[in-house]
Amino acid sequence: MTDSKRYVRPYGDTTGDGMIQTSFTLPIPFGPKADGAAQQLANKMGMDPAMVVHSHPIGDDFTFFVVYGSVKHLVDLDEVKVVEREYPLLSPAEVNTTLKKVLRRKLVVVGGCIGTDAHTVGIDAILNIKGFAGEKGLEYYRELKVVNLGAQVSVPELVRRARTEKADAVLISQVVTQRDAHILNTQEMSAAFREAMGDRRPLLVAGGPRFDPLMAGELGVDRVFSRGTTPGEVASYLVHAMQEKKGVAA
Amino acid sequence: MALLDLDPKVVATARELAARAAEPVVSIAKAHTTVAVERATLRLAGITGADSTHRAGDVPWVNRVIDTVREQCGLEHGVVLPAFHALRENNFGTLTELAEATAAGQIQFKIPTGKDLTAARKAATSAVAKGIKTIDRNRAQRDKLIHKLGDPAQRPWIYLIVATGDIDEDVVQAQNAARAGADVIAVIRSTGQSLLDYVPEGATHHGFAGTYATQENFRIMRAALDDVSKEVGRYVRLTNYASGLCMPEIAVLAGLQRLDMMLNDSMYGILFRDINPIRTFVDQRFSRQVHARAGIIINTGEDNYLTTADAVDAAHTVTVSQLLNEHFAHEAGLPDHLLGLGHAFEINPKVPDSFRLELAHALLARELFPDAPLKWMPPTKHMTGDVFNGYLLDGFFNLAGVLTGQSILLVGMMTEAVVTPFLSDRDLALQNVRYVLNAAGSLAEDFRPAPDGLIVKRAHQVLGEAVDLLERIVDDGLLNAIADGTFGLMKRPADQGKGADGVITKAEAYFNPASEMLEAAQ
Repeated sequence: MTDSKRYVRPYGDTTGDGMIQTSFTLPIPFGPKADGAAQQLANKMGMDPAMVVHSHPIGDDFTFFVVYGSVKHLVDLDEVKVVEREYPLLSPAEVNTTLKKVLRRKLVVVGGCIGTDAHTVGIDAILNIKGFAGEKGLEYYRELKVVNLGAQVSVPELVRRARTEKADAVLISQVVTQRDAHILNTQEMSAAFREAMGDRRPLLVAGGPRFDPLMAGELGVDRVFSRGTTPGEVASYLVHAMQEKKGVAA
Repeated sequence: MALLDLDPKVVATARELAARAAEPVVSIAKAHTTVAVERATLRLAGITGADSTHRAGDVPWVNRVIDTVREQCGLEHGVVLPAFHALRENNFGTLTELAEATAAGQIQFKIPTGKDLTAARKAATSAVAKGIKTIDRNRAQRDKLIHKLGDPAQRPWIYLIVATGDIDEDVVQAQNAARAGADVIAVIRSTGQSLLDYVPEGATHHGFAGTYATQENFRIMRAALDDVSKEVGRYVRLTNYASGLCMPEIAVLAGLQRLDMMLNDSMYGILFRDINPIRTFVDQRFSRQVHARAGIIINTGEDNYLTTADAVDAAHTVTVSQLLNEHFAHEAGLPDHLLGLGHAFEINPKVPDSFRLELAHALLARELFPDAPLKWMPPTKHMTGDVFNGYLLDGFFNLAGVLTGQSILLVGMMTEAVVTPFLSDRDLALQNVRYVLNAAGSLAEDFRPAPDGLIVKRAHQVLGEAVDLLERIVDDGLLNAIADGTFGLMKRPADQGKGADGVITKAEAYFNPASEMLEAAQ
């Protein structure tokens, strides 16, 4: 793949055709007028021409639509900003040997779901030996000591445990996002660590399907991981961050 | 008809091992009470409402009374003796008056003796009997409505979830879901309610990813479903959750408001919510006794094992948990037709023959528990956000459900792990179910897995592994097995976990009229 392309549009079956597909529901009864309304919405969304290829009623008051059409918008790749992975991916063996060399002891990771969030799916996928996406979780790594506090851990409890365990890194997971709970909880957590431990605070890592890696600054954490992150990525990041901290060249 | 040719001797061994594993835990459950069991008893005796002036926000009156009794004379004898003695001594008409006086610091609780004891026992027994009578009346009313309106025309029953956080919105969604074909409506609870050591009061409108379970919310939703049941011409059932720190109380509220199904697992709270094991087993036993009296179908939570552990490697832990849940339920007086034992379609779709393995596991559950209304749970772990793929997976899930004769089918949503379902997502999901039922609803008639084929062999293998694991649990002790991380990979020692301080060893003279009435009925 060359990066010479700067402008792109969606690809249906021909380069540059701009074709996309979308579906939505409008709160109006099924019928020709509903189809016309869907057509109008699609046009306003930038689909032109738009084809309402399917519609059906949901109860008496709603209609569901599937629409295909071409969008006029262009994507300017120069304006796309994402967090590129800033560290090399390591195998579990490489993680273990590097940590042994850098720390000469086990790296301590404390993790949990904070706030009222009871969804341990995310933290368990990263920490439990079972792992995720075919990769074993952090518990599997010989040079990592993992303390999984599970669900609904209060922030003071998390700080206390991080202290007593002498945590190098604290991983928190947030799945529930209603009323921005994930953001508020994480900010509360990072503020508590700053207040309690200042510069001696552990590395703070937040993960969850609705986080954007660009939010690290806003959340007051060192790194944010989003949907689809594997344990190997987290382990590799921890190694990278420890090396940075110790001033050892990667 | 049996398709797996399971060896009846192996099946009998499995059940016997489950009974042996459970026995010491049942003894512990009988020897203890908990703050939640005592609160449930007072709720049966008629206490309602909350102290809205307390600085901690609305504290249910029942919590105020229980906490004060515990402080002043302990709960070893049960709450009813000191509570009803104080009621008589002060000439209060209701427990709520007693609670108000308790909150005002006007009551000194003590364990009555002699004539006072006899009088307190009598008063408590008659008050609790009224609560039990309400539960009995609700059960009769359910039977009457089912007789009049009818059960769903098909099996499996179609089970749909609503979860808006606002009971009024839930009503709109639930009624629409029933009109669109749902036979069972489950109102998901607010995240975090399982760890509250009290039941919130009143109608609620601000839950997180679900709606608080309260007596008033139960009443509102049951009334709304009664209305829509008449409209659609079948009895639409209502489900809520009796898991967490308030299992017994929520079970009582469900009985008082004619809920029809309750999530109630023997080990879920321990493993997935880190609730103290003893607390859970004591609470679970009482709550199941109440469910048995109310004719409520319990739904167990085996699907959860497969979301944390691998669905192929851990298949036998589901069977083991089903057998334990069955034993604990029977012991608490629940008959087979109220045992909605759970399992789930959670094998990684990339595993070769994953669908055949799913069929093997589902058939094994069906044949091990022929009279139980099994609850079949949709894929969640391998729903990736690719909604198109998810829709296909849900179709296969539905097919496995009808092919293996599952009883209650929780409708899978392609938005799993993405957002709470849109109106259209629910509609598409129901279309998926309807298509499969219509196209293949009777396919079980023609389905005969080859006697030496993968499905039959796999089912035998899983049952064998379940027996092996049960043997280890019997040797090790169930509480130790839980402490060692045998289930769902979580390690939960018996002396740790939330709610441990709410467990009380019963005194010789412990008295609880609810337990006596519920046990006598068995």
